[in-house]
Amino acid sequence: MSNKLKKHIVSVLVENKFGVLAHISSLFSARGFNIDSLAVGETEDPTISRMTIVVTGDDRTLEQVDKQLNKLIDVIRVDDLTKRGFVDRELLLFKIEGDSNLKAALGKFKAEILNENRGMMLVQFCGSKKETEELFNGLKGYEIKEMVRTGKIAIAKDKE
Amino acid sequence: MKLSGAQILINSLIKENVDVIFGIPGGYLLPVLDKLYDCKEIQFLLTRHEQGAAHAADGYARATGKVGVCMVTSGPGATNIVTGLATANFDSIPIVAITGQVNTNMIGNDAFQEADLTGISRSITKHNYLVKDVKDLARIIKEAFYIASTGRPGPVLIDLPKDVTLQEMDFNYPKKVNLRSYNPTYTGHPGQIKRAAALISESRRPVIYAGGGVIISGAEKELKELAEKNGIPVTTTLTGLGGFPETHPLSLKMLGMHGSAYANFAIMDSDLIIAVGSRFDDRVTGKIDEFAPDAKVIHIDIDPSSISKNVKVDIPIVGDCRSVLSDLNKKMNKKPNTNAWLKQIDGWKKTHPLTYRDDNKLRPQYIIEELNKLTEGKAIIATEVGQHQMWAALFYQHIKPRTFLTSGGLGTMGYGFPAAMGAQVGNPDKLVFDIAGDGSIQMNIQELATVAEYKIPVKILILNNSCLGMVRQWQELFYDKRYQSTPLKNPDFVKIAEGYGVKGIKVTKKQDVTKALKEAIKTAGPVLIDFHVEGEENVFPMVAPGNAINKMMGGLA
Ligand SMILES: Cc1ncc(C[n+]2csc(CCOP(=O)(O)OP(=O)(O)O)c2C)c(N)n1
Repeated sequence: MSNKLKKHIVSVLVENKFGVLAHISSLFSARGFNIDSLAVGETEDPTISRMTIVVTGDDRTLEQVDKQLNKLIDVIRVDDLTKRGFVDRELLLFKIEGDSNLKAALGKFKAEILNENRGMMLVQFCGSKKETEELFNGLKGYEIKEMVRTGKIAIAKDKE
Repeated sequence: MKLSGAQILINSLIKENVDVIFGIPGGYLLPVLDKLYDCKEIQFLLTRHEQGAAHAADGYARATGKVGVCMVTSGPGATNIVTGLATANFDSIPIVAITGQVNTNMIGNDAFQEADLTGISRSITKHNYLVKDVKDLARIIKEAFYIASTGRPGPVLIDLPKDVTLQEMDFNYPKKVNLRSYNPTYTGHPGQIKRAAALISESRRPVIYAGGGVIISGAEKELKELAEKNGIPVTTTLTGLGGFPETHPLSLKMLGMHGSAYANFAIMDSDLIIAVGSRFDDRVTGKIDEFAPDAKVIHIDIDPSSISKNVKVDIPIVGDCRSVLSDLNKKMNKKPNTNAWLKQIDGWKKTHPLTYRDDNKLRPQYIIEELNKLTEGKAIIATEVGQHQMWAALFYQHIKPRTFLTSGGLGTMGYGFPAAMGAQVGNPDKLVFDIAGDGSIQMNIQELATVAEYKIPVKILILNNSCLGMVRQWQELFYDKRYQSTPLKNPDFVKIAEGYGVKGIKVTKKQDVTKALKEAIKTAGPVLIDFHVEGEENVFPMVAPGNAINKMMGGLA
């Protein structure tokens, strides 16, 4: 076991019921686990939701996260995707002011301009963690005025 | 035929073989009360405080092994059971708590006596429900009893809005529960069990460290077999007391902060710890970095989250203690050589016996020893929390499971008396005692009215030291005897008992102890004995907080 702090992407299948989200978030605070982000939505089966939780901790903490989540009656399955091949994406919406250079930069990163109003662009971007970091690097020198992020969603690559 | 939600609730409880509900009514429970009026199968036992009802349901469950049930009204009634839920949750006790709630269309509107009980109870229950529609009611009750009593048991709360109790529906009690997300593992992994057997065979200094899980799963026979056939000594936790008979030569009694010296020496020097239904609580391990440095660990528990939480485990086995031990016994084909080890332990038992200063003063330990003699270790003993709790743990000889009821995890003062009451209701023919401190007893003393009304013959033994003794002990040892807020100016407990119609006896001298205990035992109804004991007696042995558990102070250790 390693004591190194690492980010983990935990994918949790839960009953799509009233109160489940509250139950899970209160578990994290009661046990002192740090959530970086949490995204929830229905799955292909409308009675089941999937939560993608990004949490930072050492191996021991992650083992407890897994076990404590599994202990909740409404949790069906917990997967630490970090241990497997996975694809992750996050959606960002932000406002940024700039010129044609900025537009070119945005184009290069496949960020889409949804609206433009007197030099203020409303931009949509969807990408992996790495792509998002690259975008931010590419936008250095411009000031992002307002931003909202969905938090990461992720899915395992293998069949199961 | 269509039945009201209230009737469905009662019929469902009957299907679950509930014979008693502990509780206090209120406006939002009126439809249920009205149906109970005609119900012959279930007694509603009216306590005088909701906390009393919750602990009584807990005591009933611990002593009988059945699910305890309590029912209280919304808002303040419901918030009054919070401590009871947390107590039961910490010690894995199956109770179903039904709380009245405002009408569904008023929820969230700050209606009169509304409180968000599913929110409040989330982290102190195993699961909870808000019933929003009568069509879910029977299923939820079925699930609640199932969840409370299976896997690692625990309390389940059902929040029941008044309008749901009035809605009507056909009654069909489900035969089975269908929960895809909840499937506790009962049988241990055969490969792990085989590895465990091999490790045990090779060990030279093994110790079995048994907790409340042994009692919950009814594994005492299997545990005894493992110990006896392989010559392995057994120590238990506070909640594991009674899981292994303390009269047995292999018994090390309790371990931990106030454990016996020989139990602590043994676990610290062991080369193998077989943890069964216990969780390496900090009061057990002491300073964790120095805990049992040479020991490999086999950990058997039904709750995977208990394993590898506090200590590194070599062989984790998730499963029901009884099932796993039974499989393990079958797999044991070579007895470990523990002769030298048992000899060493016998040496420790001789050099460091559990003892106290037995002079002509009235000392609390003496009272417990006398009680043990008179009852031959066969009574049900509930305790409050404090020094008296530790003396009851150490000086009563625990021989049978489900006879020692104490708030181990949460340490709830005020638990013992209502728990004793619940235990007595579930075991009308047994002798039930609450060993109390003068501080703790006052936290639920109102239940004297309940035992008087229902003639519940619980015997309360107050070890009255005129202080909050356990806190005072820490002040004496670690804070220079600066007794801030621990001396107590007490009422006359005998008069209080008599005021409630309960027999009261005061004892101030050692030579009167036996007579008073005998009188209490032969009295048909409840009795309170107020023992005025030596005020500055301490619980020893003791491991100072933050120390390794073989570094014991005092107590002739
Ligand atoms: C509800 C609650 N409040 C406070 C405490 C902290 N506490 C632990 S032991 C103790 C003293 C108990 O005094 P008493 O019941 O007289 O028992 P004694 O230790 O004197 O035997 C206190 C206040 C607690 N455990 N539970």
